[in-house]
Amino acid sequence: MLRYSAFRIAAEGLRGNRGWTPTWRKAKPKPRYDVIVIGGGGHGLATAFYLAEVHGIRNVAVLERGLIGQGNTGRNTTIVRSNYLLPENNRFYEHSLKLWEGLEQSLGYNVMMSQRGVVNLFHNDAQRNAAIRRGNSMRLSGIDAELVDREGVRALCPLVDLDNSRYPVMGGLLQRRGGTARHDAVAWGFAHAADARGVDIIEHCEVTGLLIEGGAIGGVQTTRGEIRAPKVGLAVAGHTTTLTDMAGFPLPIETHLLQAFVSEGLKPLIDCVVTFGAGHFYISQSDKGGLVFGGGLDGYNSYGQRGTLREAEHVFAAGLSMIPALGRLRALRSWAGVMDMTPDGSPFICKTPVHGLYMTAGWCYGGFKATPGSGWCHAWTIAKDEPHPLNAAFTLERFREGRALDERGNGPYPWAQ
Amino acid sequence: MRIPCPHCGPRDEAEFAYRGDATKQRPAPDAGIEAFHDYVYLRANPRGWHEEWWQHAAGCRAWLRVRRHTVTHEIAAVTPA
Repeated sequence: MLRYSAFRIAAEGLRGNRGWTPTWRKAKPKPRYDVIVIGGGGHGLATAFYLAEVHGIRNVAVLERGLIGQGNTGRNTTIVRSNYLLPENNRFYEHSLKLWEGLEQSLGYNVMMSQRGVVNLFHNDAQRNAAIRRGNSMRLSGIDAELVDREGVRALCPLVDLDNSRYPVMGGLLQRRGGTARHDAVAWGFAHAADARGVDIIEHCEVTGLLIEGGAIGGVQTTRGEIRAPKVGLAVAGHTTTLTDMAGFPLPIETHLLQAFVSEGLKPLIDCVVTFGAGHFYISQSDKGGLVFGGGLDGYNSYGQRGTLREAEHVFAAGLSMIPALGRLRALRSWAGVMDMTPDGSPFICKTPVHGLYMTAGWCYGGFKATPGSGWCHAWTIAKDEPHPLNAAFTLERFREGRALDERGNGPYPWAQ
Repeated sequence: MRIPCPHCGPRDEAEFAYRGDATKQRPAPDAGIEAFHDYVYLRANPRGWHEEWWQHAAGCRAWLRVRRHTVTHEIAAVTPA
């Protein structure tokens, strides 16, 4: 196994960096595995890593149709937090955040985890009350939450226009343990650690069919041949329904676009993550210097992976309302991720109607922060054939049973979550 | 994206409000919980042609049934609801 250390970096620097080798093998598919994970993004690679690390299941393949980490793992705004309202979500995301806090040590890979704080601004009494309620809910679940006043917001981010004539800032709800991580490094780190434990990461291997016999999964058909396994996990959020359509059961999921943008590189300007309570807008600064920001969904079903101008204009307008200084900047790049949107805004980590087929799906726009927690719970569910208490509420049946986890109280409209 | 409203002609998408899957029919009141669960929550979610409701909210306010491609955003048909 290739190990990284300060000594190694110094030694390689002196030797012209000729000693580095690829951090994961280019594996060829074997005819049979104990578990196949479909999807080589953060969630799929994390599932494979925790299957090997926690449950000792090492005969695992991760199938990826392109290159690992090139889907939504590389198309997000890299924010990590656990500031939810509902206890089921809080417990799960807090477990995920704790995994993030030790992730670099677990993986032996620098994912550039930076707990720089996440502050959600509020602008009126009702929003303030909602923020207090959410903060109290977090603290009851053992999560850090602080209410900060206007001066607190000024200290955190002096550029915010506190006296905006339409949306003056009253304060914010701050989670200091929240922050950002390097999205690509998360995929590479999980790949590095999973590969070292014997997992085959098979790129350019698209799944074209599921082998289902007598209501149970037997394996998958791929562009590189048939691969058999008694257990298969789906980790392909954004495209989950294209695979479950092969299995023949419908899901409460619609696919929608979420855009994000990055500005030209700047000296340090914004040193936490700030969200605007009055419009759909949030912003942070990457370690490279670009401001990374985004807003809400484009608003109608799409697999397009490119955003619409209407939403781009809305994001820029909201950003200028919050931080007028952004008007002097140029946007460098924009992109859109395809989101599995569920009718209540909460995910699925569960068994499916097909025996031996599991999934982690429905991540809406919260998938990145969930990466280690999703993989951990998905691996548990696959290994034990039953959910862990942390993901027991994230089932497909919750709507039929009247147990929707409607974090925002928006009603059953996937595009409104 | 422009949506050709049968009443107003081609108009910018900003004038329209999206109202979701148009293939779902409300079941009879006594159809049972499975039928209502399917109606409220389950979606076909095709990567391809999709039947959907749009309301021309900032125009003639008519509800429209639109056949649109979810990858190219091409619109094949628009009919009054």
